[in-house]
Amino acid sequence: MTTSHSDDVLETAARWRKEGRAAALATVVETWGSSPRPVGSQLVVGGDGSFIGSVSGGCIEGAVVRAALEVIESGRPRRLDFGVTDELAWEVGLACGGRVQVFVERLE
Amino acid sequence: MRRETLHAILAAREAKRPAVLVSELDSGVQRLFYADAPDVSELDPTVRAACLEALRADRSRTLADEGGGSLFLQVFNPPLRMVIVGAVHITQALAPMAALLGYEVTVVDPRRAFATDERFPGVAVDTDWPDDALRRLSPDRRTAVVTLTHDPKLDDPALEVALSSDAFYIGSLGSRRTHAARVERLRARGFDEPALARIHGPIGLTIGAKSPAEIATAVTAEITARLREPAAGQTR
Repeated sequence: MTTSHSDDVLETAARWRKEGRAAALATVVETWGSSPRPVGSQLVVGGDGSFIGSVSGGCIEGAVVRAALEVIESGRPRRLDFGVTDELAWEVGLACGGRVQVFVERLE
Repeated sequence: MRRETLHAILAAREAKRPAVLVSELDSGVQRLFYADAPDVSELDPTVRAACLEALRADRSRTLADEGGGSLFLQVFNPPLRMVIVGAVHITQALAPMAALLGYEVTVVDPRRAFATDERFPGVAVDTDWPDDALRRLSPDRRTAVVTLTHDPKLDDPALEVALSSDAFYIGSLGSRRTHAARVERLRARGFDEPALARIHGPIGLTIGAKSPAEIATAVTAEITARLREPAAGQTR
């Protein structure tokens, strides 16, 4: 038994790309206070909006997927901040009150 | 992320090769740092040092770079492994505990009456002689080796291979007297003091453990301490 969560994500990413599917990778790069998933947690998003993995307990995945679709389109990496102090708090705040920064990049 | 980078990460993981993905968060430019080939990445010395420290701590992190931007250091460490020599009663508790802690567990015992699937459901059991098994398993910096047979014929050959490896933890069951005798035998086999001092014996943190499960708790706690705080003194 191993807790190699990110492993599955990267293998999925490689498989999707091999199949010719567009994809973006989202990675938690910084957390403040309590946050549901540790730094390094990853999510791979397909061009059709499907995703594998997690960057939170489910609170921000929707917003990350939307941003990932933009990144797939533009090819420009982005950093997203989520948390109680964020302007998006009313929409996609973290219930736990923590803050998290997510890096989103296109898989070439 | 470039396709080659993704495949290099997967290859490093497959080869159990510690690596750090260094990403410039503004530009998205990435380099892969290998602990065993620090020059390949062409990173500056501060970043390299931070990569090594992140691998040691097993913790990914951001780092301010010289230009005022941010770097993200993502750690790809090989899996933690635990090799337990002796398919004994304590092992029946230790193996599932170690799995829960994230270790890939292998139980080594050539005595087939001990090493049965019935006693160790779902655990990899190796019935080779311990030194052969240990050599094949090739303990690395992410491996703990624990000997629990009490039998020098089985424990000593395993310890000899473990002491010649990078295993981050080596522990051996037995009383102080048993351990002193063990150390004497190994000294006679040519191991010096620094090598012998790597063996934790009597094994486990001192918590008054009595039952097999309690002893397994003391052992996993000691291993966790060595893994997470290798610089701290002996906590026994």
